[in-house]
Amino acid sequence: MARSRFISDTGLTVRMTSVMFLLGALFVVLVVTLMYALPRYSLIIGLVAIGIAFFQWWSSDKVAMRAMRAREVTPEEAPELHGMIDRLCSLADMPKPRVGIADTDLPNAFATGRSPQRSVVCVTRGILRRLSAEELEGVLAHELSHVAHRDVLVMTLASSAGIVAAMLTRSFQFGGFGMLGSGSRGRSSNNNSGGVAGVPVWLVLLIVSLVVYAISFLAMRLLSRYRELCADRSGAYLTQKPGQLASALQKITGEIAAIPQRDLRSSNAMNAFFIAPAVSGVSLRTLTSTHPSLEQRLEQLSKIATELGRPTD
Amino acid sequence: MKFIDSLLGRTTQKAAKLDALFGLPNAAITLETTSGFTPTGAGAVCYRAAEGAAAARTQTDIVDLLNSDADGPDVEKTTDSFGFTWLVCHQDDMSLLCNDLHAINTSLEEQGFGGGLLCSLAAFADPTGRKVGLVYLYRQGTFYPFAPKGPQQRDNLLEIQVRDLLAGELPMEKDLTRWMALWGAPGL
Repeated sequence: MARSRFISDTGLTVRMTSVMFLLGALFVVLVVTLMYALPRYSLIIGLVAIGIAFFQWWSSDKVAMRAMRAREVTPEEAPELHGMIDRLCSLADMPKPRVGIADTDLPNAFATGRSPQRSVVCVTRGILRRLSAEELEGVLAHELSHVAHRDVLVMTLASSAGIVAAMLTRSFQFGGFGMLGSGSRGRSSNNNSGGVAGVPVWLVLLIVSLVVYAISFLAMRLLSRYRELCADRSGAYLTQKPGQLASALQKITGEIAAIPQRDLRSSNAMNAFFIAPAVSGVSLRTLTSTHPSLEQRLEQLSKIATELGRPTD
Repeated sequence: MKFIDSLLGRTTQKAAKLDALFGLPNAAITLETTSGFTPTGAGAVCYRAAEGAAAARTQTDIVDLLNSDADGPDVEKTTDSFGFTWLVCHQDDMSLLCNDLHAINTSLEEQGFGGGLLCSLAAFADPTGRKVGLVYLYRQGTFYPFAPKGPQQRDNLLEIQVRDLLAGELPMEKDLTRWMALWGAPGL
Protein backbone atom coordinates (compact mmCIF):
# COMPACT_ATOMS: atom_id res chain seq x y z
CA MET A 1 0.00 0.00 0.00
CA ALA A 2 1.34 3.36 -0.97
CA ARG A 3 1.94 5.63 1.93
CA SER A 4 0.62 9.12 2.20
CA ARG A 5 2.52 12.19 3.23
CA PHE A 6 -0.63 13.82 4.48
CA ILE A 7 -0.45 14.46 8.21
CA SER A 8 -3.80 15.19 9.76
CA ASP A 9 -4.15 17.83 12.43
CA THR A 10 -6.55 16.22 14.90
CA GLY A 11 -6.33 19.18 17.28
CA LEU A 12 -7.51 21.56 14.60
CA THR A 13 -10.38 19.27 13.60
CA VAL A 14 -11.51 18.87 17.20
CA ARG A 15 -11.33 22.61 17.91
CA MET A 16 -13.22 23.42 14.75
CA THR A 17 -15.90 20.81 15.35
CA SER A 18 -16.49 22.13 18.85
CA VAL A 19 -16.92 25.66 17.55
CA MET A 20 -19.40 24.44 14.91
CA PHE A 21 -21.23 22.53 17.61
CA LEU A 22 -21.33 25.61 19.83
CA LEU A 23 -22.81 27.69 17.03
CA GLY A 24 -25.41 25.00 16.34
CA ALA A 25 -26.30 24.87 20.03
CA LEU A 26 -26.67 28.66 20.11
CA PHE A 27 -29.13 28.47 17.27
CA VAL A 28 -31.15 25.83 19.10
CA VAL A 29 -31.13 27.94 22.29
CA LEU A 30 -32.40 30.92 20.35
CA VAL A 31 -35.15 28.97 18.60
CA VAL A 32 -36.29 27.39 21.88
CA THR A 33 -36.32 30.80 23.57
CA LEU A 34 -38.35 32.25 20.71
CA MET A 35 -40.87 29.46 20.89
CA TYR A 36 -41.09 29.81 24.64
CA ALA A 37 -41.34 33.57 24.68
CA LEU A 38 -43.96 34.43 22.15
CA PRO A 39 -44.42 32.57 18.92
CA ARG A 40 -46.13 34.84 16.48
CA TYR A 41 -44.13 38.01 16.14
CA SER A 42 -40.67 36.69 16.92
CA LEU A 43 -41.04 33.62 14.76
CA ILE A 44 -41.66 35.84 11.77
CA ILE A 45 -38.44 37.70 12.55
CA GLY A 46 -36.65 34.38 12.86
CA LEU A 47 -38.01 33.14 9.55
CA VAL A 48 -37.09 36.36 7.77
CA ALA A 49 -33.57 36.13 9.18
CA ILE A 50 -33.19 32.55 8.01
CA GLY A 51 -34.57 33.62 4.66
CA ILE A 52 -31.88 36.28 4.44
CA ALA A 53 -29.17 33.76 5.34
CA PHE A 54 -30.52 31.36 2.73
CA PHE A 55 -30.61 34.08 0.09
CA GLN A 56 -27.03 35.08 0.93
CA TRP A 57 -25.89 31.52 0.47
CA TRP A 58 -27.98 30.86 -2.62
CA SER A 59 -26.84 33.91 -4.55
CA SER A 60 -23.39 34.18 -2.96
CA ASP A 61 -21.57 33.93 -6.29
CA LYS A 62 -23.49 36.75 -7.96
CA VAL A 63 -23.51 39.02 -4.91
CA ALA A 64 -19.81 38.60 -4.25
CA MET A 65 -18.85 39.12 -7.88
CA ARG A 66 -20.94 42.30 -8.02
CA ALA A 67 -19.62 43.57 -4.70
CA MET A 68 -16.06 43.21 -5.96
CA ARG A 69 -16.96 44.50 -9.43
CA ALA A 70 -15.51 41.28 -10.79
CA ARG A 71 -16.15 39.96 -14.25
CA GLU A 72 -16.19 36.37 -15.41
CA VAL A 73 -13.42 35.59 -17.89
CA THR A 74 -13.37 32.93 -20.60
CA PRO A 75 -10.41 30.63 -21.29
CA GLU A 76 -9.61 32.79 -24.33
CA GLU A 77 -9.32 35.93 -22.23
CA ALA A 78 -7.16 34.43 -19.48
CA PRO A 79 -5.57 31.23 -20.80
CA GLU A 80 -2.87 30.94 -18.13
CA LEU A 81 -5.30 31.36 -15.26
CA HIS A 82 -7.71 28.85 -16.75
CA GLY A 83 -4.94 26.38 -17.51
CA MET A 84 -3.74 26.59 -13.93
CA ILE A 85 -7.23 26.01 -12.53
CA ASP A 86 -7.84 23.18 -15.03
CA ARG A 87 -4.80 21.35 -13.73
CA LEU A 88 -5.58 21.95 -10.08
CA CYS A 89 -9.17 20.77 -10.53
CA SER A 90 -7.95 17.67 -12.30
CA LEU A 91 -5.55 16.94 -9.43
CA ALA A 92 -8.26 17.52 -6.84
CA ASP A 93 -10.91 15.68 -8.88
CA MET A 94 -13.42 18.48 -8.50
CA PRO A 95 -15.66 20.28 -11.00
CA LYS A 96 -14.10 23.38 -12.48
CA PRO A 97 -15.44 26.60 -11.01
CA ARG A 98 -16.05 29.72 -13.05
CA VAL A 99 -13.19 32.16 -13.08
CA GLY A 100 -13.42 35.87 -12.47
CA ILE A 101 -11.07 38.82 -12.43
CA ALA A 102 -11.70 41.93 -10.35
CA ASP A 103 -10.31 45.17 -11.65
CA THR A 104 -8.68 46.40 -8.46
CA ASP A 105 -5.10 46.78 -7.48
CA LEU A 106 -5.72 45.35 -4.02
CA PRO A 107 -3.84 42.02 -4.08
CA ASN A 108 -6.43 39.43 -3.12
CA ALA A 109 -8.42 36.41 -4.19
CA PHE A 110 -11.69 34.87 -3.10
CA ALA A 111 -13.91 31.90 -3.79
CA THR A 112 -17.64 31.80 -3.32
CA GLY A 113 -20.76 30.04 -4.55
CA ARG A 114 -23.42 27.82 -3.08
CA SER A 115 -21.88 24.48 -4.07
CA PRO A 116 -18.74 23.19 -5.78
CA GLN A 117 -20.79 22.88 -8.97
CA ARG A 118 -21.84 26.53 -8.85
CA SER A 119 -18.84 28.31 -7.52
CA VAL A 120 -16.59 31.03 -8.76
CA VAL A 121 -12.95 31.71 -8.03
CA CYS A 122 -11.94 35.30 -8.42
CA VAL A 123 -8.57 37.03 -8.38
CA THR A 124 -7.77 40.71 -8.55
CA ARG A 125 -5.52 42.39 -11.10
CA GLY A 126 -3.30 43.36 -8.20
CA ILE A 127 -2.58 39.77 -7.25
CA LEU A 128 -1.94 38.77 -10.87
CA ARG A 129 0.56 41.59 -11.14
CA ARG A 130 2.41 40.89 -7.89
CA LEU A 131 2.69 37.10 -7.64
CA SER A 132 4.77 34.67 -9.64
CA ALA A 133 2.97 31.83 -11.44
CA GLU A 134 3.74 29.30 -8.74
CA GLU A 135 2.70 31.62 -5.92
CA LEU A 136 -0.54 32.36 -7.73
CA GLU A 137 -1.11 28.63 -8.06
CA GLY A 138 -0.72 28.26 -4.28
CA VAL A 139 -3.32 30.97 -3.77
CA LEU A 140 -5.71 29.35 -6.26
CA ALA A 141 -5.28 25.98 -4.53
CA HIS A 142 -6.20 27.66 -1.24
CA GLU A 143 -9.35 29.11 -2.82
CA LEU A 144 -10.26 25.80 -4.47
CA SER A 145 -9.96 24.18 -1.04
CA HIS A 146 -12.51 26.68 0.25
CA VAL A 147 -14.79 25.51 -2.56
CA ALA A 148 -14.17 21.83 -1.82
CA HIS A 149 -14.79 22.41 1.89
CA ARG A 150 -18.09 24.15 1.11
CA ASP A 151 -17.02 27.05 3.26
CA VAL A 152 -19.75 29.36 2.05
CA LEU A 153 -22.37 26.86 3.19
CA VAL A 154 -20.63 26.21 6.50
CA MET A 155 -20.15 29.88 7.28
CA THR A 156 -23.73 30.74 6.30
CA LEU A 157 -25.12 27.98 8.51
CA ALA A 158 -22.82 29.09 11.29
CA SER A 159 -23.93 32.69 10.96
CA SER A 160 -27.67 31.98 11.04
CA ALA A 161 -27.89 32.15 14.84
CA GLY A 162 -26.08 35.47 14.80
CA ILE A 163 -28.33 36.88 12.07
CA VAL A 164 -31.50 35.91 13.94
CA ALA A 165 -30.15 37.37 17.17
CA ALA A 166 -29.08 40.56 15.44
CA MET A 167 -32.49 41.01 13.85
CA LEU A 168 -34.24 40.42 17.16
CA THR A 169 -32.07 43.02 18.85
CA ARG A 170 -32.83 45.42 16.01
CA SER A 171 -36.54 44.89 16.36
CA PHE A 172 -36.32 45.86 20.02
CA GLN A 173 -34.55 49.00 18.98
CA PHE A 174 -37.48 49.94 16.76
CA GLY A 175 -40.00 49.34 19.50
CA GLY A 176 -40.82 45.76 18.69
CA PHE A 177 -40.85 44.87 22.36
CA GLY A 178 -43.94 46.95 22.86
CA MET A 179 -45.81 44.40 20.81
CA LEU A 180 -44.10 41.47 22.40
CA GLY A 181 -44.52 41.18 26.12
CA SER A 182 -45.78 43.88 28.41
CA GLY A 183 -47.38 45.97 25.67
CA SER A 184 -50.94 45.95 24.46
CA ARG A 185 -50.87 42.27 23.61
CA GLY A 186 -49.33 41.40 26.98
CA ARG A 187 -52.56 41.50 28.88
CA SER A 188 -54.40 39.09 26.62
CA SER A 189 -51.56 36.60 26.34
CA ASN A 190 -50.39 36.82 29.90
CA ASN A 191 -51.51 33.36 30.86
CA ASN A 192 -49.87 31.28 28.17
CA SER A 193 -46.70 33.26 27.57
CA GLY A 194 -46.03 35.29 30.67
CA GLY A 195 -42.57 36.19 31.90
CA VAL A 196 -40.26 34.09 34.04
CA ALA A 197 -40.95 34.85 37.71
CA GLY A 198 -42.06 38.38 37.06
CA VAL A 199 -39.36 39.34 34.54
CA PRO A 200 -41.01 40.62 31.35
CA VAL A 201 -40.70 38.36 28.33
CA TRP A 202 -39.21 41.03 26.13
CA LEU A 203 -36.35 41.57 28.58
CA VAL A 204 -35.50 37.86 28.66
CA LEU A 205 -35.65 37.78 24.89
CA LEU A 206 -33.49 40.88 24.55
CA ILE A 207 -30.85 39.55 26.90
CA VAL A 208 -30.82 36.14 25.26
CA SER A 209 -30.44 37.66 21.80
CA LEU A 210 -27.68 39.99 22.90
CA VAL A 211 -25.77 37.16 24.55
CA VAL A 212 -26.30 34.85 21.57
CA TYR A 213 -25.18 37.60 19.22
CA ALA A 214 -22.02 38.30 21.20
CA ILE A 215 -21.03 34.66 21.51
CA SER A 216 -21.82 33.84 17.90
CA PHE A 217 -19.83 36.85 16.70
CA LEU A 218 -16.69 35.62 18.44
CA ALA A 219 -17.32 31.98 17.55
CA MET A 220 -17.84 32.89 13.88
CA ARG A 221 -14.50 34.66 13.75
CA LEU A 222 -12.84 31.70 15.45
CA LEU A 223 -14.45 29.29 13.00
CA SER A 224 -13.40 31.48 10.09
CA ARG A 225 -9.77 31.35 11.25
CA TYR A 226 -9.90 27.56 11.56
CA ARG A 227 -11.39 27.25 8.08
CA GLU A 228 -8.57 29.38 6.70
CA LEU A 229 -5.98 27.12 8.30
CA CYS A 230 -7.76 24.08 6.82
CA ALA A 231 -7.77 25.66 3.38
CA ASP A 232 -4.06 26.44 3.71
CA ARG A 233 -3.36 22.80 4.56
CA SER A 234 -5.42 21.32 1.77
CA GLY A 235 -4.11 23.87 -0.71
CA ALA A 236 -0.52 23.10 0.20
CA TYR A 237 -1.10 19.37 -0.22
CA LEU A 238 -2.78 19.99 -3.56
CA THR A 239 0.11 21.90 -5.11
CA GLN A 240 2.71 20.05 -3.01
CA LYS A 241 4.48 23.39 -2.71
CA PRO A 242 3.71 24.89 0.69
CA GLY A 243 6.66 27.23 0.28
CA GLN A 244 5.03 28.99 -2.66
CA LEU A 245 1.81 29.64 -0.74
CA ALA A 246 3.88 30.89 2.18
CA SER A 247 5.77 33.37 0.04
CA ALA A 248 2.51 34.49 -1.61
CA LEU A 249 0.99 35.13 1.83
CA GLN A 250 4.01 37.11 2.89
CA LYS A 251 3.81 39.26 -0.22
CA ILE A 252 0.07 39.87 0.07
CA THR A 253 -0.18 40.55 3.80
CA GLY A 254 2.96 42.63 3.75
CA GLU A 255 1.51 44.90 1.08
CA ILE A 256 -1.90 45.08 2.68
CA ALA A 257 -0.48 46.25 5.98
CA ALA A 258 1.48 48.90 4.14
CA ILE A 259 -1.51 50.40 2.33
CA PRO A 260 -3.50 53.03 4.25
CA GLN A 261 -6.63 51.63 5.77
CA ARG A 262 -8.97 54.34 4.53
CA ASP A 263 -8.72 53.29 0.91
CA LEU A 264 -9.69 49.74 1.69
CA ARG A 265 -12.94 50.20 3.53
CA SER A 266 -15.01 49.30 0.52
CA SER A 267 -13.84 45.70 0.72
CA ASN A 268 -14.82 45.30 4.35
CA ALA A 269 -17.88 43.10 3.92
CA MET A 270 -16.02 40.63 1.77
CA ASN A 271 -13.22 39.94 4.23
CA ALA A 272 -14.45 36.51 5.27
CA PHE A 273 -13.97 35.16 1.76
CA PHE A 274 -10.60 36.69 1.02
CA ILE A 275 -7.33 34.89 1.24
CA ALA A 276 -5.95 37.65 3.45
CA PRO A 277 -8.03 40.29 5.21
CA ALA A 278 -7.87 43.71 3.64
CA VAL A 279 -8.21 45.69 6.86
CA SER A 280 -5.51 45.36 9.45
CA GLY A 281 -4.86 46.70 12.90
CA VAL A 282 -8.16 46.11 14.68
CA SER A 283 -8.16 46.19 18.46
CA LEU A 284 -8.75 42.79 20.06
CA ARG A 285 -7.25 41.62 16.84
CA THR A 286 -6.65 38.01 17.79
CA LEU A 287 -10.23 37.54 18.95
CA THR A 288 -12.13 39.22 16.16
CA SER A 289 -9.94 38.62 13.15
CA THR A 290 -11.41 36.57 10.31
CA HIS A 291 -7.99 35.26 9.31
CA PRO A 292 -5.25 33.65 11.40
CA SER A 293 -2.06 35.59 11.87
CA LEU A 294 0.66 35.28 9.27
CA GLU A 295 2.96 33.63 11.79
CA GLN A 296 0.37 30.95 12.51
CA ARG A 297 -0.16 30.25 8.82
CA LEU A 298 3.54 30.14 8.04
CA GLU A 299 4.17 27.82 10.96
CA GLN A 300 1.61 25.35 9.67
CA LEU A 301 2.97 25.54 6.12
CA SER A 302 6.49 24.92 7.31
CA LYS A 303 5.33 21.79 9.14
CA ILE A 304 3.79 20.51 5.92
CA ALA A 305 6.95 21.36 4.01
CA THR A 306 9.00 19.35 6.49
CA GLU A 307 6.74 16.36 6.07
CA LEU A 308 6.90 16.58 2.27
CA GLY A 309 10.67 16.87 2.32
CA ARG A 310 11.36 14.08 4.79
CA PRO A 311 13.99 11.82 3.23
CA THR A 312 12.69 8.67 1.62
CA ASP A 313 13.67 5.31 3.02
CA MET B 1 -17.29 10.10 4.48
CA LYS B 2 -16.10 12.35 1.68
CA PHE B 3 -18.79 14.89 2.51
CA ILE B 4 -17.92 14.82 6.22
CA ASP B 5 -14.25 15.28 5.39
CA SER B 6 -15.01 18.29 3.26
CA LEU B 7 -17.19 19.85 5.97
CA LEU B 8 -14.40 19.29 8.48
CA GLY B 9 -11.91 20.83 6.09
CA ARG B 10 -9.84 17.69 5.75
CA THR B 11 -9.75 17.20 2.00
CA THR B 12 -6.48 16.06 0.61
CA GLN B 13 -5.36 14.75 -2.74
CA LYS B 14 -7.15 11.78 -4.20
CA ALA B 15 -5.09 8.67 -4.78
CA ALA B 16 -4.14 8.01 -8.38
CA LYS B 17 -5.82 5.17 -10.29
CA LEU B 18 -3.12 3.31 -12.15
CA ASP B 19 -4.66 0.12 -13.53
CA ALA B 20 -6.49 1.33 -16.63
CA LEU B 21 -3.18 2.44 -18.12
CA PHE B 22 -2.45 -1.17 -19.10
CA GLY B 23 -5.25 -1.00 -21.66
CA LEU B 24 -3.04 1.18 -23.86
CA PRO B 25 -1.31 -1.54 -25.95
CA ASN B 26 -4.63 -3.02 -27.06
CA ALA B 27 -6.05 0.41 -27.78
CA ALA B 28 -2.99 1.20 -29.89
CA ILE B 29 -3.71 -1.82 -32.10
CA THR B 30 -7.35 -0.84 -32.49
CA LEU B 31 -6.39 2.70 -33.36
CA GLU B 32 -3.90 1.51 -35.97
CA THR B 33 -6.29 -0.88 -37.69
CA THR B 34 -9.29 1.42 -37.72
CA SER B 35 -7.82 4.84 -38.37
CA GLY B 36 -4.18 4.47 -39.40
CA PHE B 37 -2.73 6.19 -36.37
CA THR B 38 0.46 4.49 -35.21
CA PRO B 39 2.35 5.07 -31.94
CA THR B 40 5.27 7.45 -32.37
CA GLY B 41 7.04 5.70 -29.53
CA ALA B 42 6.93 8.70 -27.26
CA GLY B 43 5.14 8.62 -23.96
CA ALA B 44 5.27 10.91 -20.98
CA VAL B 45 4.15 11.17 -17.39
CA CYS B 46 3.16 14.59 -16.13
CA TYR B 47 3.27 15.18 -12.40
CA ARG B 48 3.77 17.84 -9.84
CA ALA B 49 7.18 17.46 -8.22
CA ALA B 50 6.80 18.30 -4.55
CA GLU B 51 9.24 20.69 -2.97
CA GLY B 52 11.97 19.34 -0.73
CA ALA B 53 14.72 16.79 -0.76
CA ALA B 54 12.52 13.69 -0.77
CA ALA B 55 10.86 14.51 -4.07
CA ALA B 56 14.12 15.49 -5.73
CA ARG B 57 15.69 12.20 -4.70
CA THR B 58 12.71 10.16 -5.83
CA GLN B 59 12.93 11.84 -9.21
CA THR B 60 16.63 11.10 -9.57
CA ASP B 61 16.00 7.47 -8.60
CA ILE B 62 13.31 7.12 -11.27
CA VAL B 63 15.45 8.58 -14.02
CA ASP B 64 18.38 6.36 -12.99
CA LEU B 65 16.14 3.29 -12.95
CA LEU B 66 14.73 3.92 -16.41
CA ASN B 67 18.10 4.78 -17.91
CA SER B 68 19.80 1.75 -16.41
CA ASP B 69 18.29 -0.71 -18.90
CA ALA B 70 20.11 -0.83 -22.20
CA ASP B 71 17.03 -1.42 -24.37
CA GLY B 72 16.07 2.12 -25.12
CA PRO B 73 16.98 5.78 -25.31
CA ASP B 74 17.26 7.88 -22.19
CA VAL B 75 14.43 9.51 -20.34
CA GLU B 76 14.11 13.25 -20.80
CA LYS B 77 12.93 15.57 -18.09
CA THR B 78 11.20 18.84 -18.89
CA THR B 79 9.24 21.34 -16.84
CA ASP B 80 6.30 23.14 -18.41
CA SER B 81 5.14 26.69 -17.80
CA PHE B 82 2.59 25.52 -15.22
CA GLY B 83 5.32 24.08 -13.01
CA PHE B 84 4.57 20.45 -13.80
CA THR B 85 7.35 17.99 -14.56
CA TRP B 86 7.21 15.78 -17.64
CA LEU B 87 9.28 12.60 -17.83
CA VAL B 88 9.41 11.57 -21.48
CA CYS B 89 10.17 7.96 -22.44
CA HIS B 90 10.80 6.55 -25.91
CA GLN B 91 10.01 2.91 -26.67
CA ASP B 92 8.89 1.61 -30.04
CA ASP B 93 6.96 -1.21 -28.45
CA MET B 94 3.76 0.02 -26.85
CA SER B 95 3.78 -2.49 -24.00
CA LEU B 96 7.39 -1.61 -23.11
CA LEU B 97 6.40 2.06 -23.09
CA CYS B 98 3.50 1.18 -20.85
CA ASN B 99 5.87 -0.55 -18.44
CA ASP B 100 8.11 2.51 -18.34
CA LEU B 101 5.20 4.80 -17.60
CA HIS B 102 4.01 2.45 -14.92
CA ALA B 103 7.44 2.29 -13.32
CA ILE B 104 7.33 6.07 -12.90
CA ASN B 105 3.85 5.90 -11.39
CA THR B 106 4.64 3.22 -8.87
CA SER B 107 7.93 4.81 -7.78
CA LEU B 108 6.20 8.12 -7.14
CA GLU B 109 3.35 6.45 -5.36
CA GLU B 110 5.60 4.36 -3.14
CA GLN B 111 7.27 7.48 -1.88
CA GLY B 112 3.97 9.12 -1.07
CA PHE B 113 3.83 11.42 -4.08
CA GLY B 114 1.03 9.60 -5.93
CA GLY B 115 -1.20 12.58 -5.27
CA GLY B 116 0.92 14.71 -7.55
CA LEU B 117 0.37 12.60 -10.68
CA LEU B 118 -1.62 14.65 -13.18
CA CYS B 119 -1.75 12.71 -16.42
CA SER B 120 0.24 10.57 -18.76
CA LEU B 121 0.31 10.72 -22.51
CA ALA B 122 1.06 8.41 -25.40
CA ALA B 123 1.58 10.04 -28.79
CA PHE B 124 0.17 8.74 -32.09
CA ALA B 125 0.61 9.99 -35.64
CA ASP B 126 -0.90 9.10 -39.01
CA PRO B 127 0.88 9.17 -42.41
CA THR B 128 -0.55 12.61 -43.25
CA GLY B 129 1.25 14.06 -40.23
CA ARG B 130 -1.73 14.56 -37.97
CA LYS B 131 -0.93 13.88 -34.35
CA VAL B 132 -3.09 12.82 -31.48
CA GLY B 133 -2.18 12.10 -27.89
CA LEU B 134 -4.06 9.68 -25.69
CA VAL B 135 -4.10 11.31 -22.28
CA TYR B 136 -4.71 9.30 -19.16
CA LEU B 137 -6.14 11.16 -16.17
CA TYR B 138 -4.91 9.55 -12.96
CA ARG B 139 -7.58 10.97 -10.69
CA GLN B 140 -10.50 9.84 -12.82
CA GLY B 141 -8.87 6.72 -14.27
CA THR B 142 -10.08 7.70 -17.74
CA PHE B 143 -8.57 8.54 -21.11
CA TYR B 144 -9.23 11.35 -23.54
CA PRO B 145 -7.70 12.23 -26.91
CA PHE B 146 -5.89 15.51 -27.43
CA ALA B 147 -5.18 16.55 -31.02
CA PRO B 148 -3.36 19.87 -31.36
CA LYS B 149 -3.73 21.59 -34.72
CA GLY B 150 -1.56 24.63 -35.02
CA PRO B 151 -0.21 26.54 -32.04
CA GLN B 152 -3.39 27.03 -30.00
CA GLN B 153 -6.09 25.09 -31.81
CA ARG B 154 -7.51 21.62 -31.31
CA ASP B 155 -8.88 19.26 -33.90
CA ASN B 156 -12.11 18.51 -32.05
CA LEU B 157 -13.53 16.39 -34.86
CA LEU B 158 -10.56 14.04 -34.73
CA GLU B 159 -10.74 13.93 -30.94
CA ILE B 160 -14.39 12.90 -30.92
CA GLN B 161 -13.65 10.34 -33.64
CA VAL B 162 -10.83 8.78 -31.62
CA ARG B 163 -13.00 8.73 -28.54
CA ASP B 164 -15.72 6.81 -30.38
CA LEU B 165 -13.21 4.37 -31.87
CA LEU B 166 -11.76 3.51 -28.48
CA ALA B 167 -14.94 3.63 -26.45
CA GLY B 168 -15.06 -0.16 -26.29
CA GLU B 169 -11.42 -0.59 -25.32
CA LEU B 170 -10.65 2.07 -22.77
CA PRO B 171 -12.65 3.99 -20.20
CA MET B 172 -13.04 7.32 -22.01
CA GLU B 173 -13.69 10.54 -20.10
CA LYS B 174 -17.35 11.48 -20.54
CA ASP B 175 -17.10 14.97 -19.09
CA LEU B 176 -15.74 17.10 -21.93
CA THR B 177 -14.72 19.89 -19.55
CA ARG B 178 -12.05 17.57 -18.21
CA TRP B 179 -10.40 17.34 -21.63
CA MET B 180 -7.56 19.65 -20.64
CA ALA B 181 -5.57 21.30 -23.37
CA LEU B 182 -1.91 20.31 -23.09
CA TRP B 183 -0.22 22.78 -25.40
CA GLY B 184 3.40 22.01 -26.03
CA ALA B 185 3.14 18.55 -24.53
CA PRO B 186 6.27 16.53 -25.32
CA GLY B 187 5.87 14.15 -28.23
CA LEU B 188 3.06 16.03 -29.95
